Order: sequence, then structure tokens, then C-alpha cells
Amino acid sequence: MAALKFDTKKQSFAHTIHIDVPLLLLLLTLMLFGLTVIYSAGGGELALIKRQVTRLAFAMVILFIMAQIPIHLYKRLSIYFYLVTLLLLIGVIFFGVKGGGAQRWLDLGVARFQPSEIMKLAMPMAVAWYISRFPLPPRSKHIVFGFIFVAIPPYLIFKQPDLGTATLVASSGVFALFLAGMSWRFVSVIGVTALIAAPILFNFVMHGYMRQRVLTFLDPEKDPLGAGYHIIQSKIAIGSGGFSGKGWMQGTQSQLEFLPERHTDFIFAVFSEEYGFTGVFLLLCLYTAIIVRGMTISMRAQDPFSRVLGGSIILTFFVYVFVNIGMVSGMLPVVGVPLPLISYGGTSMVTLLAGFGVLMAIGTQQRIVARNV
Amino acid sequence: MVRRRIPIRDHAAEQSLFFRRGLVAIGIVVFFFSLLLFNMYYLQIVQFEDYQTRSNTNRIKVRPVAPNRGLIFDRNGKLLAENRTVFNLDIIPEQVDDLPALINKLEQYVTLSDGQITRFNRSVKHNRRFKPITLKRGLNEEEVAKLSVNQTRLPGVTIDGRLARHYPYDNILTHLMGYVARINKRDAEKIAASGESANYAATRDIGKIGIEKYHESLLHGNVGYERVEVNNKGRVLRSLDLDAPTPGKNITLNIDVDMQQIASELLDKFKGAVVVLDAKTGGVMTLVSNPTYSANAFVNGISTSDYSYLLNAKDRPLINRATQGQYPPASTIKPHIGLLGLDRDIITETTRMYDQGSYKLTNVSHVWRDHLKTGHGWVNLTKSIEVSCDTFFYDLAYRLGIDSINEFMTNFGFGDYTGIDLYEESDGNMPSRGWKKARFNQPWYIGDTIPVGIGQSYWTVTPLQLADSIVTLVNNGDRYVPQIIRGHMEGDDQIIYDKKTLPPLTVNNPANYEVVLDAMYGTLNRKHGTGTRAFRNTDYVAAGKTGTAQLISIGEDDEYVEEEVAVHLRDNAMFVGYAPYENPEIVIAITLENAGHGGARAAPIARKIMDYYFEHYDRDGKYHMKLAQHGDNNGGA
Repeated sequence: MAALKFDTKKQSFAHTIHIDVPLLLLLLTLMLFGLTVIYSAGGGELALIKRQVTRLAFAMVILFIMAQIPIHLYKRLSIYFYLVTLLLLIGVIFFGVKGGGAQRWLDLGVARFQPSEIMKLAMPMAVAWYISRFPLPPRSKHIVFGFIFVAIPPYLIFKQPDLGTATLVASSGVFALFLAGMSWRFVSVIGVTALIAAPILFNFVMHGYMRQRVLTFLDPEKDPLGAGYHIIQSKIAIGSGGFSGKGWMQGTQSQLEFLPERHTDFIFAVFSEEYGFTGVFLLLCLYTAIIVRGMTISMRAQDPFSRVLGGSIILTFFVYVFVNIGMVSGMLPVVGVPLPLISYGGTSMVTLLAGFGVLMAIGTQQRIVARNV
Repeated sequence: MVRRRIPIRDHAAEQSLFFRRGLVAIGIVVFFFSLLLFNMYYLQIVQFEDYQTRSNTNRIKVRPVAPNRGLIFDRNGKLLAENRTVFNLDIIPEQVDDLPALINKLEQYVTLSDGQITRFNRSVKHNRRFKPITLKRGLNEEEVAKLSVNQTRLPGVTIDGRLARHYPYDNILTHLMGYVARINKRDAEKIAASGESANYAATRDIGKIGIEKYHESLLHGNVGYERVEVNNKGRVLRSLDLDAPTPGKNITLNIDVDMQQIASELLDKFKGAVVVLDAKTGGVMTLVSNPTYSANAFVNGISTSDYSYLLNAKDRPLINRATQGQYPPASTIKPHIGLLGLDRDIITETTRMYDQGSYKLTNVSHVWRDHLKTGHGWVNLTKSIEVSCDTFFYDLAYRLGIDSINEFMTNFGFGDYTGIDLYEESDGNMPSRGWKKARFNQPWYIGDTIPVGIGQSYWTVTPLQLADSIVTLVNNGDRYVPQIIRGHMEGDDQIIYDKKTLPPLTVNNPANYEVVLDAMYGTLNRKHGTGTRAFRNTDYVAAGKTGTAQLISIGEDDEYVEEEVAVHLRDNAMFVGYAPYENPEIVIAITLENAGHGGARAAPIARKIMDYYFEHYDRDGKYHMKLAQHGDNNGGA
């Protein structure tokens, strides 16, 4: 690859400070895009933008810090990181703070935080660490062990209950195993198991609210002013956007407040209403570009830990996008997953950018590691 | 430290494995994103119109807009019913931090009753916070001014102007005009039954009685629609477009409000009614019923105490005496009876009889007395009408018989609704054998027929019926429905309605009209006429008939002394008349309850009304505004 050769010859300043410029530019574009939508969804309120910009700045700092941490340190610490986070998740069960019907938070006195968010990073790191200890493709034994790593945290998170985060955490682990080279037989077994498990989960494991969401997803028109209201209004917003959209700040569904949670989880509906199909196409292209870039970085990594971790991070990012857009447009049941880098909100933004920080570390530190070995 | 055995790794193979897996992953990403995009294509392109419609239904609400009610003018263009802006004090709770404090503050500028405050607080609880809620209705000018000046100090306070019906002549026209008031449950049911619900969707008031009710469909107009944009809570954000309502028609009445006013003043001390009809069309020029009441009081909701006062007052002001009052016609129908006598050849113009002051039938012990104890001596029909001899008509009635009288008088319109454009009308009673049987389960006696000849007995009429019968007389039997409405405005053009006719009165010899009309001329113009004094020195020639209706039977030998009879049993004074004698233009009927003698009390009132008429109308019926020049500034024009 030409770019790779070029990079080896000359190290740019960005490279020195471990920043991947294309990825950074893509992220910034997306964030800027997001800010315009938040401004519109918030009815032109600047305070909202200020808070979001502050959050983004903070998250960028985290990204920068994460990018500086040496990969081998991640590798060495990942299992402890995972175990500590797991303990925190268990702590949530006993000492957690309730909010909005769920017990997800730990109160540190100064601030509350969600251990499940940290698990989004800890999980792929731990799985990548474990699986890369062995030659790849992994043996079945290791895959089975790997699945134990993968299964426990999502279960705890699911119990909080937080279906969205549980899905994301689980998929980050599964992706890690997949990327590590899990045999196709396993992949198909998982696929079949998922198909069989879905109705069982629905009937015996799912919380009432989740079941309701699934039912609403299957037939939103059944209760258009109640449970179906969100999704119906969301689809009206999207559909009425048409090809070119109603224009920035012109979305009637959002401006007239028919659309609920319009600057957080349902911001994609605002986006589609105001920017139309063309905007959506552009947005998906941006997301695809980020994913391709992230995957490219992972593919170029020299060691299996970096590759699996990077790939897993970027695929989890994909799940974010897919689940959010899927639920807002009525393809998936409503689970609380924000639209990454666009939705208003703090916690997930920080974890997301921290993940991209790790990705940048992978992308910019690999040759240093390689030379030193 | 024990070194674990590390299996030998094939780095190149691992990297290529990851590369393949990565490509598969990207493939998956692209596939799923395509799914999303396809779904978006379906929503935004394929189903676009469907969702666009639903989006518009969400935000666009259609609100009905009430039409402005048509104005009402008199025949000379004076405004009788208008729509005035009234100001309400509204508060939008959402914009107020401390409601009680604001109300305290407001009390510096307007007077507020406890009831108003309680009502306000109640509706604050039951309404959306952004909806304006009325604290006080009908602010006066001073209050409006004070509030406007201090508006900046009173956030959330708005002054809302809306149109409300106003009657400049207030109580002068109430009985015929009626009034509008808020649509109540019963009105709403009627509107629904007539399929007009949509048309009344935004309308607040409806005609309750009188012309306002009768011509409601003409006056109301057609509802308009405004499309407004609302948010998810129903708050109206802006108006998108307006399909303007069609205002109600402006209508013109046959009423001459100045004449109405004069008649009202003349009637002021009496209970009773005055009806003036256009002799050529039956158009109602004046329709006064006294006592009366304020129409404006009803528009904005009359208080319960005021209403129950009106409802229970002894002199019953709510009754329209002109159309609902049922009175014995007394001597005012002598011309009608006389006409029948001539037409049936019972009498001729020259038939004479000697009146000795009473009338007696052989085999019947009862004696029917003439109002003149000494009798009128030799009288014929003409003189009997002029001096109002009773005996002559006792005998005539006896000879005609009740069946013949009933048939003829029914053709005259007695005992039936005139068809005036008011729902408040009575039909009076034209007695017959069948009626008496049904009513009292008694046969009709000869003795019942005798007093019918002088308009007593069971015969009752409304003043309007009486006036309408004179219109028939002066038109030689042509009958018209008395109409209050004259026409309506179509743009700038005045459409005047044709007179409404009824099947004419048929007589064998039309020349007989001349005889009775001449007698009516004599009543007001010949020396011995009962109305001559009242009509002395007129510039015009009038004709008429007085009447004095007994409300109690006076014993055969007793004398009626006004002072000795309780006020409510004293005689009713009656008058019917028309002018000019040749080519009549107006017809008047007057009833004054318990006022005494018709010639003395009722005739002078008719005289003054006719004076007004001949002063202000040319002989071609054109009005010239003398009175208006004298500084009458009540109406429009």
C-alpha cells in the first residue's frame, strides 16, 4: 500500500502526537453536523450547544490522552481493567443509584457514572487480550472461554435493565471473537442460537418495558397516542422529510415538538426531516468512511491484540449507528442507543471518543512497537 | 519466573486472516447500511406523500371562524341592531409568575367581584396554561384605557376585543326585535337537528326571540375556516390561511323606529299595544308592547335575579302584547259585523231600528244593555258604527247567527295566526259551536251570540289581528300577511320583498265596503262620532272605530263607575283606524289595558301617530326626515 510506505518514510507532527488525521477530520465533520442538528432540535437554544461543545471538548481531551497511552500498556492492563469494571457492575447491583426506572449508576459523591459505559471499552480489550495470547485462528476451547468473558457483563447490564448498552457490550465481545478468526461453524451456531433464543428471551427473560417496546415495534399503530407515539411521530418526521428535507430549522415535527427525545436518541428523525434522503445518504457515507478508516487502521496493525481490539471498537461503533437508525426508523425495537457523535449527551460520547483514542493509538504506535521488538 | 510455552505463531497468516475477517465485516457494514438506506428510501421517497400528509395533519388544525351577524336597519336606514366591540380582560396563566398578586394589582385598575375571581381561578385549573382566560367581561372605556397604559407592568394580561350584539334602541324594540344570547344546550340540539352544526361551530350567540330568531338564517351568515399551525400541545403558533366567513345579510325592517319611539312614549303610562301597518302591503311600521324591557341586558347574560323579576312581574313585560295579547275586540269589530250583515242581506244601508238603551229577546229574560243607558234612538248601520250603538249589533248578531259570523270572521283571519315574522304570536279565539262544546262541553246558546255582535263574549283577538283586519277592510277584501322584514342588502343593492298575500275575503257585493268605511269616516269626522274629538283639525282625513272592552259583567241594573272597579278589571280602551280615508296608507290598532274609554284614551294616541306619519311621509309614501333634522342622533343614517 502506497500510503503505508509513505508513512514509514516520514513521520508527520500528527503522527508524533498519535493523531490519525483522516479519522480526526471525519469525526470532527460528523460532530459539526451533529451540532447543527442539536441546535435545530433544541429550538435554537444556544445553551444546549454550549454544553454539548464543552462535552465534545472534554471527550476530545480523553481521545487525545487515550491515543498517547502505549498499546502494550493497554494489553497488559486490559484484564485488570475488565475485572475492575466487572466488580463495579456487580457493585451497581448492591450500591447503584436508581434513575428513570433503572439502576445503572454508581454515585462517587462528586459525580455519578455508569460502569456499563466503561465496559464498552473493557470488554473488547479483555477479549482481544485473551484471544491474542494464542495463535489465531483460536481453538474452540478458547472461543468457549472467550464467550464466558463476553457473556457475564451484558447479563449484568441487561439486568439493570439496559438493553441498549447490553447489546453494544455483547456485540463488542462477539466482534472481537469473530475478528480473531472464530470458525464459521461457530458463527453459524451463534446465529442459529440467537434465532432460537430470541422468542425465549422475549417471553421469559425480558423486562416488561422491553417486551412492550418489542410489541410496539411490531405494531406501533396499535396505540398511536401511547406506546406507539414515539415511533409513529418519528416515522412521520423521517417520511415527511422527503428527498431533500424541509430545511434546517424547518422540520415541523421537531420544531413543533411532536417528536419526543428529539435532541437525544431520536435526533436522527430530526436530521432526516430537515436534511431529507440526501442528508441521510451523506450521513451514512460519513459513518461508512469512519468505519472503513477504523478497519484499515486495524488491518495495518502489527500485533493481533491491536487488530482485534481496533476492529472490535470500530464494529461496535457500527452497531451504535445501525441500532439507533434502525430503531428511529422503525426497523428495530426502541432501545436506548444514541446516534454516535450526533446525539446530545455526555457519557456515551466520552466512551466513544476514548475508543477512537485507542484506535488512534493503534494506528500511530504500531511501527514504534514493531521497531522496538 | 517460569516461561510458558508460547506456540509458534504465523504472523503473516494471522494478518491475512484478520484482513479477510475485516473485509467480511466491512461487507456486513455495507450490507446493513444498505438496509437502512433502503428503508429510508421507502419512508422518504416511496411513502413521502403519505407521511407528508400525516405531518401536516399533526401540525395544521382547521378552526372555524364565526361570521359577523347581519345588521338590522329600519325602513329609513336607521341602525337598530349592530355589532359592537366589547373588551374582555384576559390573563394567560403561563406568562404570570404569581396569579394572586397579579389579581391584587389589577384591582387598582378595574373593579373585580369575588365571583369573577372565583370563576377565573376555577377555569385556570381546567384549561391549558397558554390559553387566555377571561377575568372580566365588558370593560368600560376607562378600564380599557387604564389597562392599556399599564400593560407593560402587567405581563400576561391582554385585552381581548370581540364583537357583541348591541341594540341602540334597547327597550324600544325588544318585543319585535328580540335579542341574541349565548347558544345554550337546547339551541345546540336544534342546530344539530337542522344539520347546521358545522355552520355554527364558531358562533357564540343565536337569536332567541323576535326578528333575531325568526330571521336567524338570514342574519347568521356562513362559517369560515382558518388553518392554523399548532404544536404538540395544541398551542396555536400562527395562522396559515383564512377561508373568510360569509357575513350574515344586513336586513331592513318595515319598522319606522321614530314612529315606534313616539308610540312607545305615548304608551308609556299604559299597559297595552300599538300596531301600525302599511295599508298597502301589510308591512309592520310600528309594533309596541308596553311594559317592555332591555334587550341589551340579555345579550351578555342577564342575571338570574333580574330575569326572575321580569318573569314574575305582575304586568308581564316579557309578553308581546301586540301579537300575543288576547283581548276582546269590543266595538272595533262593528264595521266587520256590519259588513257581514249587509253582505248577507240581513240589513241594508237604510235598515233602521230604535235603540231604547237595551236589547231583549222574547222568551229570554236576560237584558243586554247599550253602553248609553238612554239609548241612541233611531239608528241605522252607519250611525250605529259612528256612535257605537250596541243594541243595533245585538240584533244584527242575533239575526246572523254564530255560524255565519264564525265563518266570515275566520275568513277575515280572526282565530288564526296572521303569519307575521315572529314566533311569538297567539291566534286569539273566534268562538263557534264546536269550540264551545270542546272547551266547556256545553251547547252554544242564543244568548252567547248576542254579545259577539259587539266583540265581547268568548271572542278574543290580538292587536295585530285587529290591525290586519282593517288592512283587509280598506283593501276591499285583499289580505296581506303583516311583515316586519322589508328586505335585505345584497352587496350595495337593497332587495325589497314582495308583499305576502292570503286568499282574499269574498263578499257578494264589494260596494258594501263603502258603507262601513264611510261609517268609520263618520266615527272620526261627523259630529256625533265617538272619535271625532280626538281627530279634530287634522291635515289629513282619517277613519276609524273606537272600542271599550268590558272585562267584567256589570249587573243589568248596575252602573259602571270606573273608580269603583279594581284597576285590573277596568275597561280596555281600543282603537282601530286608518288614513288617509281616500287611498289609505297606514292602519293603526291600539289596545290599552284598563285605560277606560277608547275614544277618550286610545284615539288620541292614534291621532298623534298619524300626525307624525303625515308630517314625515309624502303621499307617495316617501319619507322625509324632519325629525332627524331636529337633532335625533339615536340611530344611523
